[in-house]
Amino acid sequence: MSATGIGASVRRKEDFRFVTGKGNYVDDINRQGQAHAYFLRSPHAHAAIKSIDATAALAMEGVVAIYTGDDITADKVGGLICGWMIHNKDGSPMAAGAHPALAVGKVRYVGDHVAVVIAETLALAKDAAEKIVVDYGVLPAVVDLKTAGKKGAAQVHDAAPGNRVYDWHLGDKAAADAAFKNAKHITKIELVNNRLIPNAMEPRAAVGEYDAGNDALTLYTTSQNPHVVRLVMSAFIGIAPEHKLRVIAPDVGGGFGSKIFIYAEETVCVWAARKVGRPVKWTADRTEAFLSDAHGRDHVTTAEMAMDDKGKILGLRVATKANLGAYLSTFSSSVPTYLYAPLLSGQYDIPAIYAEVEAIYTTTAPVDAYRGAGRPEATFVIERLMEVAARQLGQDPAAFRRRNFIKKFPHQTPLIMCYDVGDYNASLTKAMEMADVKGFAKRKRDSAKKGLLRGMGYSAYIEACGIAPSQAVGSLGAGVGLWESAEVRVNPVGTVEVLTGSHSHGQGHETTFAQLVSHRLGIPIENVSIVHGDTDKVQFGMGTYGSRSGAVGMSAISKALDKVEAKAKKVAAYVLEASADDITFKDGMFSVAGTDKKVDFGSVALQAYIAHKFSGQDLEPGLKEGAFYDPTNFTFPAGVHICELEVDPETGITRIDRWTAVDDFGNVINPMIVEGQVHGGIGQGIGQALCEGAIYDASGQLLTASYMDYQMPRADDLPSFDVGMTVTACPSNPLGIKGCGEAGAIASPPAVINALTDALGHEDVAMPATPASIWRAAQKSKLRVAAE
Amino acid sequence: MYAFKYHRPASLRSAVSLLGKLEDAKLLAGGHTLLPTMKNRLASPANIIDISGLAELKGIAKKGRNLVIGAGSTYAEIAESDVVKAAIPALAAFSEKIGDPQVRHRGTIGGSIANNDPASDYPAACLALGATIQTNTRKIPADEFFTGMFSTALEEGEIVTKVLFPVGAKFGYAKFRNPASRYPMVGVAVAKRGADVRVSVTGAGADGVFRWAAAEAALTAKFAAKSLEGMAHAAEGLNGDIHASAEYRGHLIGVMARRATAAAAGKYVAARHDPLAPVIG
Repeated sequence: MSATGIGASVRRKEDFRFVTGKGNYVDDINRQGQAHAYFLRSPHAHAAIKSIDATAALAMEGVVAIYTGDDITADKVGGLICGWMIHNKDGSPMAAGAHPALAVGKVRYVGDHVAVVIAETLALAKDAAEKIVVDYGVLPAVVDLKTAGKKGAAQVHDAAPGNRVYDWHLGDKAAADAAFKNAKHITKIELVNNRLIPNAMEPRAAVGEYDAGNDALTLYTTSQNPHVVRLVMSAFIGIAPEHKLRVIAPDVGGGFGSKIFIYAEETVCVWAARKVGRPVKWTADRTEAFLSDAHGRDHVTTAEMAMDDKGKILGLRVATKANLGAYLSTFSSSVPTYLYAPLLSGQYDIPAIYAEVEAIYTTTAPVDAYRGAGRPEATFVIERLMEVAARQLGQDPAAFRRRNFIKKFPHQTPLIMCYDVGDYNASLTKAMEMADVKGFAKRKRDSAKKGLLRGMGYSAYIEACGIAPSQAVGSLGAGVGLWESAEVRVNPVGTVEVLTGSHSHGQGHETTFAQLVSHRLGIPIENVSIVHGDTDKVQFGMGTYGSRSGAVGMSAISKALDKVEAKAKKVAAYVLEASADDITFKDGMFSVAGTDKKVDFGSVALQAYIAHKFSGQDLEPGLKEGAFYDPTNFTFPAGVHICELEVDPETGITRIDRWTAVDDFGNVINPMIVEGQVHGGIGQGIGQALCEGAIYDASGQLLTASYMDYQMPRADDLPSFDVGMTVTACPSNPLGIKGCGEAGAIASPPAVINALTDALGHEDVAMPATPASIWRAAQKSKLRVAAE
Repeated sequence: MYAFKYHRPASLRSAVSLLGKLEDAKLLAGGHTLLPTMKNRLASPANIIDISGLAELKGIAKKGRNLVIGAGSTYAEIAESDVVKAAIPALAAFSEKIGDPQVRHRGTIGGSIANNDPASDYPAACLALGATIQTNTRKIPADEFFTGMFSTALEEGEIVTKVLFPVGAKFGYAKFRNPASRYPMVGVAVAKRGADVRVSVTGAGADGVFRWAAAEAALTAKFAAKSLEGMAHAAEGLNGDIHASAEYRGHLIGVMARRATAAAAGKYVAARHDPLAPVIG
């Protein structure tokens, strides 16, 4: 292993500019003559717009323009789209209401976009927005997932009667029902997967710019997938054809899914830039981020598991209601369906599974993918079921899991997925050793002496990454293919630029991708630069989400490197006056087998460009290759997390004492970066379990719209993490990579809740388990103890 | 934020004069409440009088039986002051546990008590320690100063100049922070000077900081955490919100009062590291 190759913990190349304030984020971009956009947002969760009078606002000095939904419609610009078609149980397509970039006729959540004010300064735009008179006819809010589908609930979209977007299912109902008939034991639970607000450090921002000379537009935007933005804006929204629209996503400060989607604000900025003939800039403030970033999770689920007399699982039935908010965000429909249900088998051999999901419109912010997207929800269901079932059967939760682990691969689950490889016993065994499970009983006694309740909880998770084989997702309703592209440009002196369709917004691609190139070409990592996030530079790409950039994005680079190496060998053969078949390439050196003749990579690159040693008719000059890589399967990272915590029953405070994570991510390029991803993911998962929860009141007002009320996890909420790895190399891509970006967030919530319920001695603990709720739960524990 | 006129008087006297003269004027000290409110366009004073640079409001000294703290002293200055550490050590530690470093280096004690935020720390300390608030015109005992949520005995044109804390008390403070904002969700200060025991509660009261008579009576009989065993404050009159019900706050008042008492008596033993529930004594 070289110091900068695969497997080395190379320090992140990009961090110097980030930590010294030299990053280039969208808000750092200021264009000549730019004006500022401010969005007038709905103060009501649900209201008819009877009229909008902007006369006084337009008359103010410094106001450039004010537009409403009618103006966009008049320009024949379409609404925002949902890119994944889901079909109902009866085969009919889902019911999707229109999603205009600026509201037309009606607003559907607090924060919905009523009008945009474009002015010389942001302060002026805000002043003008206050002068716009909107006559609202307030309608009843639809907030509660449990009642939104009931008769009498207000209609969010006429196109979706009963507020039902779809009623979908997966699996074999008859087989699952039969399993329950034969069961000796059934465990049933009801769960709420709490609604989360993403809170990327950098709020969303956009700058739209129009070049009248070329009739072309440029959009700078905080996106995880600029090419998808361009595709959607061109092909569906109708902003401009692709060759007339350049989308640039420069440095982006965190996404966690929330920056995958194509939002109203960037659409309006780029459209309005042409209208007003000036660059138009918008940057969300934190309140706007709370109100209008797509939220995550928000499921209510009933799940039951059937077992035989020994605790072997026979079947699983899951019924989920998913809140999709007021509009269908870009990939929202796929999250509670194909990104969720196919993972319900977990790490277990379950012969029969049936899942049904009802998706509901409510008058709340749109809900879409958030770190893990569907897999945290599935893992929470199956791992809570496993823990509760083990307790009900009186079995050790680890042993109960082992009994039901999948042990042979490949394994076809009843729900689409074919797990290619894994060793679940290995992760569990290693995690139990690292966590000192044997010493737990003594630690629990020691805590009890101090009046504290100690508990331990497992989470043996699996997820699906590396999305995804394009044909497979196409057959499931995706509107796009999910391959990735790469281009490797070797310069005449042997330095290398890699153009990738992946996008880095914190993941460290500039380092890990360069490590791959350094490793393969035997050149210093400083000689490699990674180019991403600009549709004028990178031809196409599908972007970064679903932990796909390693497994899919790097595989594309690897494939392009194969081609570079093959071409370079031909050049080297001319240089070394040997047959191309006799050339070997190792550690940056081309040599002729069985001789001492050799030439280094840089010299070959130069020869490729000066083309003196070979005829341009026999071999094309230059050294540049591109590749598209379409994966053969999903990848299946899996592992075991163990949480050990103490509860102070007097205050309700939970303190996590120990956290052990053993993950199998397949081959690892940069262990330090992977560990960092695990830490961040666990932090977010603990945030979901103990801290975070979006709360709307009955009138649809977001009560948790600032850090005063929305609790983000802080350093002092988190323990020091003990992270280990096991490796089964992924056979589904050339690098053996599985993906690591979401695992922590997927694994950790059930580990925390399983530990809390262990400590408290009953199962009635919901997320987020705040001190107030834990204090209440501790009262219940006391009552139970008293009753016994 | 809306446009406003900014004034930076060179003396307390001219600050008072501006305050009397200008329409719709607000004093700016640390600005940690006022500025966010203005940025959110929830407040729009026409005039801002910046008193943060006034030397007359600075300074911390021991004078006779009092620790005298200039109203313009920041939390950090109080936390780090050797004078405070010698006179009322727990008050220095108390100041060090407010907010974060940015807040502590901007926020002032005068600003805190004049604002009387129901989830602010200093009002509890003033009430428990029996402080006297000095203004440009008079002296006001803490018991009369805090008149309700965001309301004080200050009259138009009156500026807090100093806070006088009598020394020689045993003092302890325990607070349970709001998990999101980290303001006290329940903060209880306990002080004993001779036979006089005072217990004040912040963060929990529906009408701001208040004294808890029942706990004072129990501790007057015997100054020990045990005297408060099993005691909780009634839910009536307490705040209930998405973070904590009034009942939970009432329970926490009891817990924090016991911990604060143990700290004041020098008998608090930390069972564990609790970032949300620090105890100072």
